[in-house]
Amino acid sequence: MTTPLLQAKDLRIAFYGVKAADGVNLEIREGEFLAIIGPNGSGKTTFLNLCTGYLRPSSGEVYLDGKPITAMAPRTIARRGIARAFQIPQLFLDQSVLDNLMIAVAAKRGIWVPFKALGAEGRRQEAEELLALVGLDREAGQLAGTLPEGRRKLLDIVIALALKPRLVLLDEPTSGVSTIERFTLMETLMGALRQAKVTALFVEHDMDVVQRYADRVVVWDSGSVMAEGPPSVVFKDERVLRNVVGVA
Amino acid sequence: MLDTLIPLAVDGLASAALIFFVAVGLTLVFSVLRVLNVAHGSFYSIGAYVAASVGLWIAGAGLNPWLSFPALILSAAIVAALFGPLVERCLMRWTYGKSEAIQILVTFGLFLILEDLQRIVFGVSSLAEDTPMQLLGSTRIGGVIYLNYQLLLIALAALVVIGLRVLLTKTRIGRLVTAVVADREMAQSIGINTNRVFILSFSLGVFLAALGGALATPTAGAAPGLGAETMVLAFAVAAIGGLGQIEGAALAAIIVGLARVLAIYFAPELDAVAPYIVMLVVLLIRPYGLFGQAATRRI
Amino acid sequence: MRAALFLIALVVLALAPVAAPWLQFVLTLAIAKGFAALGVAVLLRGGLISIGHAMFYAVSAYAIAFLARAGVNEFVLLLLLGTFASAVAGLVVGAFMVRYRAIFFAMLNLAMSMVLYALISKLYGITGGTDGMRLAVPSFFGVTLDKARFDTALYYAGIVLMVGVGYGVQRYLASPLGHALSAVHTNELRLEYLGVPVRIVLLIAYTISAALAGIGGAIAAMAIGHILPEFAFWTASGHLVLVAVLGGIGGVAGPFIGSLFLEVLHTVAVGITDAWNLIIGVALIGVIFFLPSGLYGLLRRRSGEPA
Repeated sequence: MTTPLLQAKDLRIAFYGVKAADGVNLEIREGEFLAIIGPNGSGKTTFLNLCTGYLRPSSGEVYLDGKPITAMAPRTIARRGIARAFQIPQLFLDQSVLDNLMIAVAAKRGIWVPFKALGAEGRRQEAEELLALVGLDREAGQLAGTLPEGRRKLLDIVIALALKPRLVLLDEPTSGVSTIERFTLMETLMGALRQAKVTALFVEHDMDVVQRYADRVVVWDSGSVMAEGPPSVVFKDERVLRNVVGVA
Repeated sequence: MLDTLIPLAVDGLASAALIFFVAVGLTLVFSVLRVLNVAHGSFYSIGAYVAASVGLWIAGAGLNPWLSFPALILSAAIVAALFGPLVERCLMRWTYGKSEAIQILVTFGLFLILEDLQRIVFGVSSLAEDTPMQLLGSTRIGGVIYLNYQLLLIALAALVVIGLRVLLTKTRIGRLVTAVVADREMAQSIGINTNRVFILSFSLGVFLAALGGALATPTAGAAPGLGAETMVLAFAVAAIGGLGQIEGAALAAIIVGLARVLAIYFAPELDAVAPYIVMLVVLLIRPYGLFGQAATRRI
Repeated sequence: MRAALFLIALVVLALAPVAAPWLQFVLTLAIAKGFAALGVAVLLRGGLISIGHAMFYAVSAYAIAFLARAGVNEFVLLLLLGTFASAVAGLVVGAFMVRYRAIFFAMLNLAMSMVLYALISKLYGITGGTDGMRLAVPSFFGVTLDKARFDTALYYAGIVLMVGVGYGVQRYLASPLGHALSAVHTNELRLEYLGVPVRIVLLIAYTISAALAGIGGAIAAMAIGHILPEFAFWTASGHLVLVAVLGGIGGVAGPFIGSLFLEVLHTVAVGITDAWNLIIGVALIGVIFFLPSGLYGLLRRRSGEPA
C-alpha cells in the first residue's frame, strides 16, 4: 500500500479540560474527496487547526507524505502543499477580488520581487484564469468586502487553490450559503478541484452534500473518529444515524 | 550602602507613587473604553498647575495653611469635573471600536490642544507651592531623615489600590464597570447604561491623573512640558504591569521606582533611562505585561 | 493630468525660494520631515502605528554629527552613511518590533525612542547632552561652498531626492511585497496561510521606513547645523504621524504634501497666533472625523468591515 498523503496519528489536545482531539487517527489518500461530519463542538475545526500548524497537539504526529509536519508554522505547512479555506472566509477585504488572488499567486511564486508590479510577470493572467475557472471573473474589480457571503466563500477557496496545493482543507464550504446556491457552489468547486487535481478534505454539515460528493466519510464524535467508510455504508450505520445525522 | 539606599528607596517610591496615580488612571480608562489616551499625561500637568494656583491663593489670602491638604484633592476633583464628562462625550466616544491608529491620533490631537490651553491659561513659567510638605515636617529613624509628605504619598498610593479594588468589586457602579470591561456588548444587551459607565470611568481616570499632578506640586511644583514627560512614564508603568491591570500598575510602579533608585546609586546618568529599559525587558519577555493576558482569536 | 499637476508642483517648489528666499529653509525642513513622515506612512499601510519614529530621524542626524567630528565632510557621504546608520538601527530594532502589533507596537517604539532620547540627553561627554552637537558646513560633491550656497544646494538636492526616492517607494508599494504589507493590516492570518513570512515582510517595511526617516534626519541635520536630543522626543514622533495622516497615507506624495503645507502654514501662523498646537490639534481631529477620504485605508475598521 502506498503512503497516505496526510496521516494523523493519535492526535491529542484539550482546552480547559475539554478534549477536542482525543486520539485522532486518520488517513487521507491521494486524489480522494474526504468529508468529515459530526456534531458541533466535536473537534472538526480543531483537527484542521492541528493539521495546519495553527495549534500544537499535546501529543501525536501529523505526517505529510510520510514526513512529520507536526507543530510547524502555518506558513511552512502551506509551502509544503496544504492549503486551507476557512469557515469564515479570510480575505483581504479592502483590496479587489483580483488583487486578493494576485497576492495569493505572488505568494506561491515568491513575493521577493521588490520593484515589479503585483500584476506583472504573468501574475495577473494566472489570477484571471483562476477567477474564470470558478466564475468570479465578472467581480474581479470589486472590493472583496462588497461580495455576498457565497461569493466570499468561493473566493476564499480559489485563493487556497492558487497555491497549487496537494491537499486543500475546506471548513464548511457551504455554511452561510442558501440551500439553492449550495449545489451550484459545490458543482463549481468540484469542477475546480478536479481540474487542479487536488486532494480535498472538507468539513460539512449538509448531509445531502456529503452523500452526493464525498468518496469517503469520516464521522467525528467527542474528539475522535467514530466511524468511517463510503457514504453508502456510513449512512446506514445505526449509531451514526442516531448521533450525527439526527442532530444535524 | 543601606544607609544611602533606604532613603533613596523612599524617594524612589514616593515619585513612583505619583506616576502610579497617572498610570492607574490610564490603565483604568484603557480597560473600560479600550482606548489608550495619549493626552492622559496632560491631566497630570493641568492638575499640578491648578493645585499650585489654588495653594498659592490660599497662602496669599492668609487662610489656614492646613486647608492646602483638602485643596490638593479638590483641585484634582475640579479638573476631573471640568474635563472628564466633556472630553469623553465630545471626543473619546467617537473613537470607540476604531483602529488603534485612529485612537492614538485623536488623543494626540487632544494632547496638543490641552498643552496649548494649559500654556495660555497658566503661562510658561513654573509654579511652586510647598506648604503641605513644610507642615508635615520630617521623621528621624535610625539617624536618617524622612520627609513625612513622601511617606504620605506612598500610603495614599496603597490606599488607592485598595480603594479601586473595593470600588470595583463591592459597589454597584463598580460591578457595572466590571461587567462592561468583561463584555461590552453583553453589558449593553442586559440594559446597563454603558454611556454612564464610560463617563464615570473616564472622569475617574482624569481625577487620578490630576491627583498625581496635584500631589506632586508640594515636592516638584508645576512646570511646562510636564505632561509629555509624565505621559511616557505612565505608559511605561501601565505597560509593564499589563494594560488594564490595577495591581499590575502598582507592582510596576514599585519596580520602576526601585530601578531608578539603583540607577541613581550605581549609574546616575541612567536614571531617566531606567523605566524604559525595565519596560523593554518586561515586554520582550512578557509581551502583554506582568499581569496582562493575550486576546485569543477564533477562526 | 496628474503628471501635469506633479510637474507644476515641482516647478513651484523649485522657484519658491527665488521669489521668497525666507521660504528655502522652511521648505528644506519640510522635505526632511516629509521623508520621516513617509517612513511612518509606510508602516501605517501595514496597520502599524509607530510613535517613536523620530528616533531614526535622530540616529541619522547624530551619526552625521559623529562622522563630521571624525573628519567626514562631504554631503554625499554624510547623507549615505547617515541613512545607512538609520537603516541598520531599523533592522536591529525592527527585529524585535515585528513581533508586536497595535498598541504594543506603538508603545514599544515609544519606549525605544525614549531610551534613545534619555541617553542622548544624559551622555554629555559623548553627545553634548542637551547642548546638542554642532555641524560644520560640508562640501557638496567635493566642492567647498559657503553656508548660503550650501543651503541652496541642499534644498535642490532634497527635491531631487524626494522625487527619486519617492518613485522607488511607489514601486515598492505597488509590488507584491508592498501589497503583502497592506495585507498584514487586513488579514494577517490569511497571509500566514498563504505561506508568506509575515515578520520578514514587516521587517523589510520597518527597515525601509527607518531609512526614510534617516534621509529626513540627514537633510535636517545639514540644514540646521545643530543637532539636539529633541530630535528624538516622543512628541516629534507624534508630529510625524500627524503629518502622515494629514497628508493622507494613500500615496507617496501625501506625507510630503502634508509636511510642506504644515511647515509653511506654521511659519505664517507663528506671526499671527501663539496657539499653533491648539489649531493643529483641532485640525487633526477634524480631518480624522470629517475627511476620512484623506485617510485612505486607515479609517476602515479593524477586521475589515467596510468604512
